[in-house]
Amino acid sequence: MTFDLIIVGGGPAGLSAAAHAEHLGMNYVLLEGSSAIANTIQRYQKGKHVMAEPMVVPLRSDLSFSAGSREAVLDGWSSGLGDASVRFNAEVTAIAGEKPSLEVTLANGETLSAAAVVLAIGLQGNPRKLGVVGEAEPFVQYTLDDPDEFSGETIVVVGAGDAAIENAVALSRQNSVIIVNRRDEFARAKDGNLNLITRAIDDGSIKCFYSTNVGSVESGKAINLNTETGQARVECDRIIARLGAIPPRGFVESCGIEFPSEDRNALPELSNKYESNVPGLHIIGALGGYPLIKQAMNQGYEVVEFIKGNEILPADHGILEAKFRPLPFNTDVDATLTLIRSRAPMFEDINGLVLRELVLASEILTPKRGNIVFRKNDYTNTFISIIDGQVEIETESGTPITLEAGQFFGEMSLLSGRRRSATVKASTDCVLLESPRREIIKLMNTYEPVRTSIDRTFIVRTLRAGLVPDALQLELEAIASSTEQRNYNADEVLFSEGDEADGLYLIRSGSVSVSRRIGGRDIVTSYVAAGNYVGEMGLVGQSSRSATVKATVATEAIFLSADVFQTMMMRNTGLRERVQSTVKVRLSENLRMEAAPEAGDLISFLMQQGLGEATDVLLIDESLCVGCDNCETACAETHGGTSRLDRAAGPSYAQVHVPTSCRHCEDPHCMRDCPPDAIRRAPNGEVYIQESCIGCGNCERNCPYGVIQMAGEKEPAPNLINWLLTGKGSGPGQREELDASGLQKKAVKCDMCKDLSGGPACVRACPTGAALRMSPSEFVNLTKGGS
Amino acid sequence: MHESILAFRKRRYLWVALGVIGASFVAYWIHDPQEPPNGGTWLGYTLGVVGAGLIVWLTWFGVRKRRYASTAGTVQGWLSAHVYLGMALVVVSLLHSGFQYGWNVHTLALVLMLVVVISGAYGVFVYLKYPQRISENRGGVSNSELLMQLEDLDKRSVRAARDLPPEYAEFVDSGIRRTQLGATLWQRLRNDDQSRIVLPGGDPAGVTNAGQEAALDWLAEKQSTASDPDVAAKIGELSALLRNKRRLMKQLAVDLKLQASLEIWLFVHVPMTAALLVALFAHILVVFLYW
Repeated sequence: MTFDLIIVGGGPAGLSAAAHAEHLGMNYVLLEGSSAIANTIQRYQKGKHVMAEPMVVPLRSDLSFSAGSREAVLDGWSSGLGDASVRFNAEVTAIAGEKPSLEVTLANGETLSAAAVVLAIGLQGNPRKLGVVGEAEPFVQYTLDDPDEFSGETIVVVGAGDAAIENAVALSRQNSVIIVNRRDEFARAKDGNLNLITRAIDDGSIKCFYSTNVGSVESGKAINLNTETGQARVECDRIIARLGAIPPRGFVESCGIEFPSEDRNALPELSNKYESNVPGLHIIGALGGYPLIKQAMNQGYEVVEFIKGNEILPADHGILEAKFRPLPFNTDVDATLTLIRSRAPMFEDINGLVLRELVLASEILTPKRGNIVFRKNDYTNTFISIIDGQVEIETESGTPITLEAGQFFGEMSLLSGRRRSATVKASTDCVLLESPRREIIKLMNTYEPVRTSIDRTFIVRTLRAGLVPDALQLELEAIASSTEQRNYNADEVLFSEGDEADGLYLIRSGSVSVSRRIGGRDIVTSYVAAGNYVGEMGLVGQSSRSATVKATVATEAIFLSADVFQTMMMRNTGLRERVQSTVKVRLSENLRMEAAPEAGDLISFLMQQGLGEATDVLLIDESLCVGCDNCETACAETHGGTSRLDRAAGPSYAQVHVPTSCRHCEDPHCMRDCPPDAIRRAPNGEVYIQESCIGCGNCERNCPYGVIQMAGEKEPAPNLINWLLTGKGSGPGQREELDASGLQKKAVKCDMCKDLSGGPACVRACPTGAALRMSPSEFVNLTKGGS
Repeated sequence: MHESILAFRKRRYLWVALGVIGASFVAYWIHDPQEPPNGGTWLGYTLGVVGAGLIVWLTWFGVRKRRYASTAGTVQGWLSAHVYLGMALVVVSLLHSGFQYGWNVHTLALVLMLVVVISGAYGVFVYLKYPQRISENRGGVSNSELLMQLEDLDKRSVRAARDLPPEYAEFVDSGIRRTQLGATLWQRLRNDDQSRIVLPGGDPAGVTNAGQEAALDWLAEKQSTASDPDVAAKIGELSALLRNKRRLMKQLAVDLKLQASLEIWLFVHVPMTAALLVALFAHILVVFLYW
């Protein structure tokens, strides 16, 4: 069969494209691999509230969409589709050829052809199948919507990840559950799930086959297992396999689409009409880098217009126009974009669509001469490109560094997550493009030249700031190209005491602890944060390492070999003195810490709690804490009724307790994957969640410290005096959720009370002075004066 | 590591309180009324107003503590002032009374005030002493973690008993079901282990099993008379688990006792404050009615 257009994937993007093709009377078909539309949204919990971010962008689709319950959204789409031509259970296995004739092969062997294909398959990927005979039997399933749907059955769960464990534990309440694990432990699971499953296996409520593979599935409702000790046949009513998903990249590449880098987060190259490098093959939605429903729907509409040959302005045209209005260039949107590209060499190679998205997400700043762009020690982490004018970076030596159009700044905080290292001032009237961290990281993952350019500049400026302020740019660039980036996991050793001193490490992100072996045990003598260097002692004095340096969290370091360092030292007279003064400070620190080994133990303990990546953490002095929980109540009452900290939870050592509460990490894990980019960092360092949260729960899952929770709106607090006198209404910290179904939940976390005068309420409400907040560089003070 | 409520800001409020006390004494010394010192002289009235003001302000702590967004000082500062000025109140009120007592509402107010202050002083003592002890007793883990460890030990005992004759399973089960610690406030404060157990062939109402003693004795006897070495080893395993449980129960009992002590005084301090306010109101009303 031949069509004008084949749309692959029945999510928001594909549905919107189909609806528009229908509206335009095209000869098209939508192919959906499963039996229903919008799989990802179907899998949401019943009644879940679906948000419609970004608010500023208007919807452009023949289907309706506004924030509302999952059911309302899905119903709206179903009815909006009307007579659209949709084929369900039509899994596409291959796409070949190019315009004007693309061949689409289905799993059943059928081949369809079309002049244009739109790929809108999202990023979820298809669930990985068992890969054995019988994998498609009707009693084998690869998802589980509602564990309470089944009772009294014998169910075999295959898999060892979080999804498998959560399913197995939930099912075991009403069923007899057997879990099959390929390995001899549940290594991939989160701690909480690990506890759940080991406990359930221990007390016999779940039976587990370790080191076992699935051999085959019998149609007579049984599964054959290859265990360590031989074959086993298990009769069962149901098999639930949770083996993860196959990322769609392999399939996409097999269609001939190229990705600009090997990085698994890289996005395919697209024209500003969403066309890939294969003529006639278009990509829209999450697969193209647009994870939000509204963006995807708009692209579905636009791509169909483009395929019809119509030139339409993108939905965001008006927003860009408004954004560009204050600029002195007097050009239209496209010309301004071209101008930005020509003025920022780093963006030369990125495609038009990505540049447009970058500019859309960025702010255009137009500081006047003498205005401050940001100040030293601000906690912002945006990345700023100079489009027009000049800026000055203040330095300690007094001579400012001048940057001009085509250069950029802000990369230090971008890469290390730390405070701004210098104040930047406009030295003429300027036009600056201030891009959010997330967008730049996305670019770095996709475009090698962007990464290299930012990396190099970072090294050059770090060397200049810390070691050789007077060196020539050319010399520094030569050094930068001879350095090597080394990455370490938490607890990995950079070098050990006694090793040969082969070079210097500049800590780019993360942090390290320095320890020495004294009297048979390792004593931590200092903690070195990103932006500093370690390994200098071996380079100016001894030839072997005098201490062991270990990463406290995932850490990136730039390695300068001893040879390079010696050359630098010969050319730059001040360098030796500078390094020697650092050595002097370290040595006296060592002496102090060696005299009080328990201080080192306390620091080790705090580092083990992941505090090496913290910027500001709540600690509790157990010798003063009476357990009244006024800190929690204060948190709840100043934040809409939900406390963002759990005092009692968490470990203690030497009477210092680390409660479950946000540490405002240098490089926050929670920010990693926020579709509406709602998690931000305030200039003072507070990591907070904006109103635009869509409640997806990614940040809650990404936080390794469990400090983010999903919470609904709570009832308003009663008047305090009334409550004290009459007891009517709910007391402090005891407010009920308004929406009992709990479906309109959003992520909440500590914002360090940034909007309250007087500082964090938890600390101010502590009656005994046990609660305190501090940054890791102050940990040493915990032990200085004793308790 | 941090300042206690008494040491807060170089004992700033101690000096304020000493100032109030000193001033009251000096005034009392200088004052030479026609009649014996009492609340009706000009100094009596002055001290009365100061005392009543202090009581109202001290009570206001309960409000300030719950005004979580308030920027009027910190709660720790308020508590420090509350403690020192509460102590000063005793001197102010005694001097106000001119040491005249009787069976009347006036003396009732004074007595209630003393009860409140004394219970508060006990509160200060436990707040300063017990947190450290609680922390040491817990050894770095939380109360809920101790309870989880207990649950874990119980589960392991159930499993260990499975390999023994059925009477052992019943024995372990009854021991677990009748484990009781700190069911009432009184038991918590007395550090009382109320656990019981039904021994196989023994009284179906059970015997006391404080410190797991009855259970361990029974197991020791069984172990010594077991003829099968495998069975003896299994009994030994079970008995090791129960010894761990005994240690954990002791730790929990101490934790419960210390925590209860941290709270118990508030059950006197707060209701007595309410009673004091009522008595104070009556005292003032009566004074003005019978001028």
